[in-house]
Amino acid sequence: MLRAVDVSKSYGGVVALDGVTVSVCRGEVLALVGDNGAGKSTLVKIVSGVVRADKAELYVLGNSVDIGSPAVARSLGIRTVHQEQKLAENLDVIENLFLGEELARWTGPLHMVDFNSMVRPTEVALSKLRITTIADIRTPVARLSGGQRQAVAVARATLGQYRIVLLDEPTTGLSVEASARVMDMVMQLREGGCAVVLVSQSIEEVFEVADRVAVLHHGRLAGVFARAETTPEEVVTAVMGGQL
Amino acid sequence: MRSEENIGQRGAGDVRVAAAREVRDGGQRGAQLEEGQRQAGASRPGGRQSRVPSWLSAIVEQGTAMPALISLVVIAVFFEIESHYFLTGSNLSNLVVQTTTLVPVALGEVGVLLLAEIDLSLGSIVGATSAILGVMVSEVGVPWWLGMIIALACGAAMGAFQGAWIAFIRIPSFVVTIGGWLGFLGLQLFILGPQGTLSIFNPQVAALTGSYIPGGAGWVVGGALAVAVVARALLRLRAAGGRRRLGSLTLPALAAALMVGVVAVLNSYKGVPTAFVVVMGLLFAGWWILQHTRPGRNVFAIGGNPEPARRAGIGVRRIRFTAFVIAGTLGAVGGLMAASYNSSAGTLTGGGTLLLEAIGAAVIGGTSLFGGQGTVWAALSGALIMSAISNGLDLMNASSPVKYMVQGAVVLLAVTVDTLLRRRAGRSRRLGGITMSVGAP
Repeated sequence: MLRAVDVSKSYGGVVALDGVTVSVCRGEVLALVGDNGAGKSTLVKIVSGVVRADKAELYVLGNSVDIGSPAVARSLGIRTVHQEQKLAENLDVIENLFLGEELARWTGPLHMVDFNSMVRPTEVALSKLRITTIADIRTPVARLSGGQRQAVAVARATLGQYRIVLLDEPTTGLSVEASARVMDMVMQLREGGCAVVLVSQSIEEVFEVADRVAVLHHGRLAGVFARAETTPEEVVTAVMGGQL
Repeated sequence: MRSEENIGQRGAGDVRVAAAREVRDGGQRGAQLEEGQRQAGASRPGGRQSRVPSWLSAIVEQGTAMPALISLVVIAVFFEIESHYFLTGSNLSNLVVQTTTLVPVALGEVGVLLLAEIDLSLGSIVGATSAILGVMVSEVGVPWWLGMIIALACGAAMGAFQGAWIAFIRIPSFVVTIGGWLGFLGLQLFILGPQGTLSIFNPQVAALTGSYIPGGAGWVVGGALAVAVVARALLRLRAAGGRRRLGSLTLPALAAALMVGVVAVLNSYKGVPTAFVVVMGLLFAGWWILQHTRPGRNVFAIGGNPEPARRAGIGVRRIRFTAFVIAGTLGAVGGLMAASYNSSAGTLTGGGTLLLEAIGAAVIGGTSLFGGQGTVWAALSGALIMSAISNGLDLMNASSPVKYMVQGAVVLLAVTVDTLLRRRAGRSRRLGGITMSVGAP
């Protein structure tokens, strides 16, 4: 479904990614793990069009693609939940859920945004994740707690039709119950035929849902393990760079 | 950290959440807000209760232009008592016509301020486009309408030039538009040439600010608008099925009453000024674009924080560019108004305090200088406040030094009151919000 070959990126002399190749298939969850600064988020940003790679060959459904902007990524069916900078704090929950793809009543350059038609999907998306603490979906996101904001960001991934979903540490700040719902959502996406890339700091989480685990170390791919054939110890060792 | 807090207090939080939901399901939002506050007070002995009455916080919440409107009433009453002439039809009619230069400029400024940008060149664009109109109509001899179109197109081009620099080369708008301010001022002086003033003897150009629509037509338009505003609010209230509080009718009802009142006052003199109709049309168009279209809503997202907007696939650069093109065009509208009102274009047109009055008007009306917050009505209410003070002080024969000092004080006061009200309203809401979500012990 998605293949990223030989991805390299450096930020002014600091190498973030160096020749990394990963792929994820239809109906598969690929976990991306590694220490801070290993390049996980950079890889996610490149595939979602937020950052341009210095060098990369990207393939979606076998076709070579040039993901030059987030809009291109979206048109390719790629949906991302970023680690930071994911919400417009001054807008309400509905507008954040539909940010950039607001439902409109008319077509043309000046779409008439139809707020009423967005209420129901918003409520459904939040209830799917069992987010019950947001009393008013017209509340500006700035007034929500960290966990609620994270929930809103993740709920975005459940809207619309996507083939590839990238989740960059989606459970950060979430309660145990909400995290479990996110993991359920990952499983649902997988069963629905999506390719899911899950960046996570939690080895338990990874072993709960991932089919394969790709380990990054200092911007290089340290190994890809099939969950069925590996142990948490082996993955942790790879994360630490080989020594334990 | 926060998640631990959540887990630890889940028991207490859940109960309160359930209570809050019950309240919401049972009734109106206003009740819920108050309930939230009461709970906060009840669950925390000696806990601070907000003293902001709910109708007041409703007004602050819904209509950011509301404090400005109240100030306007205060100003009007004050000057009426002092001069006994302020609230006459002829004076208010004059006041409205005088404001028609300022309002379009302030509206353009609101558009860029919402994006957390600023345009310091709009005064010069007013001056340059009024000069262009003057030359076209008086010297080149094109028809008045073509002259106006050319002036508007030039304003758009100036905005586009700056917008390209800001949006695509990513130079801060503050710097680019300082360049534009000087550059377009130079253009204005160049066009006007050594004599410095161009008289515009054209009846149609003069009619832009010098003509009035007849009383009957004014009533039809004003009445229809008032009915439409109230009907829309009633329909929305019904459609929401009690989920919206009745307080949401306050603002539309006031707006409708205001419209009828304005038409009545203006008709008692010569009728509704044509320029005022044009300005109101622009304001409605701006309101509709910002509130109801996708690019308009995206303006708020970008102004709040551009990076999430970009990551959501919004064409941030395109919207920034467009906002400056629109601002330039509205500057040109101001130029047309100024040229029409003065029947001339001079080196001082668009200069002086016009630009900063426009920025001040936008901010007085409740537009944030930091982006993402404000309405187009800020341009109107803020501009009316600025003009009303100036007009009222003129009636009292106040000198220029006094005028400027009073205007300065009012700007400061209006923004302070707005900020304090907003802060208090925000605090009380936050109090409720935290109670419902985390469950403070």
